[in-house]
Amino acid sequence: MSEGEGRSLFDDAVARLIGNRAAVASMIFLAVMTLACFVGPFFTGHPYDKVYPDYVKAAPSFEARPTAEEVAETATRIARRFRARVEDFRLDQGRVEIGLAGAGPVDPRIVDYYERADGFAGVHIAGRSDDGRKLTLRADVRQIRFWFGTDGNGRDLLTRVLIGGRISILIGILATGVALMIGVSWGATAGFLGGRVDMMMMRVVDILYALPFIFFVILLVVFFGRNFVLMFVAVGAIEWLDMARIVRGQTLVIKRQEYVQAAEALGVTTAALIRRHVVPNTLGPVVVYVTLLVPKVILLESFLSFLGLGVQEPMTSWGVLISEGANNNRDLAYLLIFPALFLTSTLFALNFLGDGLRDALDPKDR
Amino acid sequence: MISFVLRRLLSALPTIFIVVTVSFFLIRVAPGGPFDGESHIDPRILENLKRVYQLDQPLWMQYWLFLKNLAHGDLGPSFFFKDFTVAQLFAVSLPVSMENGAAALALALAFGISLGTVAALRQNHGVDHAVMGVATIGVTIPNFVVGPLLTLIFALGLSWLPAGGWNNGAFANRVLPVVTLALPQMAVIARLTRASLIEALRANHIRTLRALGLPTTTVTLHALRGALLPVVSYLGPAAANLMTGSVVVERIFGIPGVGRYFVDGALSRDYTLVMGTVILISVFVIVFNLIVDILYSFLDPRVRME
Repeated sequence: MSEGEGRSLFDDAVARLIGNRAAVASMIFLAVMTLACFVGPFFTGHPYDKVYPDYVKAAPSFEARPTAEEVAETATRIARRFRARVEDFRLDQGRVEIGLAGAGPVDPRIVDYYERADGFAGVHIAGRSDDGRKLTLRADVRQIRFWFGTDGNGRDLLTRVLIGGRISILIGILATGVALMIGVSWGATAGFLGGRVDMMMMRVVDILYALPFIFFVILLVVFFGRNFVLMFVAVGAIEWLDMARIVRGQTLVIKRQEYVQAAEALGVTTAALIRRHVVPNTLGPVVVYVTLLVPKVILLESFLSFLGLGVQEPMTSWGVLISEGANNNRDLAYLLIFPALFLTSTLFALNFLGDGLRDALDPKDR
Repeated sequence: MISFVLRRLLSALPTIFIVVTVSFFLIRVAPGGPFDGESHIDPRILENLKRVYQLDQPLWMQYWLFLKNLAHGDLGPSFFFKDFTVAQLFAVSLPVSMENGAAALALALAFGISLGTVAALRQNHGVDHAVMGVATIGVTIPNFVVGPLLTLIFALGLSWLPAGGWNNGAFANRVLPVVTLALPQMAVIARLTRASLIEALRANHIRTLRALGLPTTTVTLHALRGALLPVVSYLGPAAANLMTGSVVVERIFGIPGVGRYFVDGALSRDYTLVMGTVILISVFVIVFNLIVDILYSFLDPRVRME
């Protein structure tokens, strides 16, 4: 900052926020989480809906699959279906050679069956005896890793958790954005116009408040059931009530300030007054509320998904994954723990950030 | 006091009326009907069904009939759970939810207030940080994560408690659901108690008590009386919420409570059941807010019941 230049209130707030270690850590965490969820799925090596029938419910591990024993086991299993046995088996540097022998001629279509197994790629016949009873196959062993294991359908959990995070975060931001727009314009208009208009507008808010929230949400599911995005636009359209109240309260204070009256005296239109002078000055509390609304919406989405009313397979979200994990947690605790860890840590960070922003933007509150 | 209660209840009637009206028309304009689930009904049977449930009348007439029955305290027959009236369904399931809710509330209050008090008395010490850390976790982790995690640890891992089921309300079957319900409330109550007790302990009358040399317990009890006001006002909606059952907790632990009707009723367009649940919630919210106001006037003599 150059000499003689004043410190704006905004600079002060930023300085206070940077001084708050929990808030800074949360911001970094959220940035990493968002990046991971949006870019990560391209690098995990698995499409989110790819099913690996040979690796259903694989435990999380850094080790590559298939292991040497699994390769041998798969080779024997497929051979048995063709009434053949594995006579010779050599595994070396990711290449495998299988010598098959049968009582009758071995059907060469066995190649397709090997090719279809998750562990083999590029299967071809390397040699065949004249009577067809012996067949030598060569193939590459295709090694893949499941860091978080796979789910009950044999899909990579890491990819699914990241994709689920993408949906959860997107929905949180989308619904909050809708709530922000409706709430701010409704509250600012009601507060600024005052009088009878204010009373009518706030009665509408009161009535919507009195409706049981869960009834409202389920009704939205009924209306928009098939379209998940539309539904969350609608969820945003319910969540604006608090925002409207906060903004209205702020507006009542702001419209009595001299600069607003001065602008009014200069002939600025009401719409321009609200846009230029009122809304920007309600920003502090609104930003805080927005940070706390995002986790609320993410939770709501998870809650709906938990009840089976959320995103549909094969798409997924953290709520869907947690619900799946909760349903078969007998021996597969990791199915519950990984998505739960991602969800709660994100919620944590958002809450800490919200607290930090409140301290930074509203110093008189401390 | 009785006239205060009566006046408050009367003034709540318009609110309930508006809520009932809005909900009635909202659920009716929702696409789908209560008999969509049945495959291939003969049109004549459908017609008869509609006549029995008075769905063949114009909407305003149905609304009038519904209000008339409601005035007699009749919530009507359930469309989905045939052979049951909504009142019968509630009579069986509501006590279950209320018992669990009350137990959870008691647990949350006992632990929440004591933890909050301990944290406030040891402000910025290790105990305080520990309590607040746990409380933050409790507020953040949603109950559909807590429930399965508790099941995983105490039912599947340690085999101390059953993983689910109701078993006619056996104590062991209640522990996990009640704890799951109580944990987030406990966390909020602990935070509220701590914040307002810290402020109350700085008040002049508390300083006077200290100067008189009274034991810490007595001083704390005096401070708590004033400090509990925010907790009490939080408890109104929270208690109403707990008592009307939690869909998630009831689903996780397989409890025959009233919570599931909120979802099932709306999804199967069981119009009467939906209206029943809406009215149930409204009544609970109003009653508990009233109780809060009465408690308030006991805790704070400056608040009069007028």
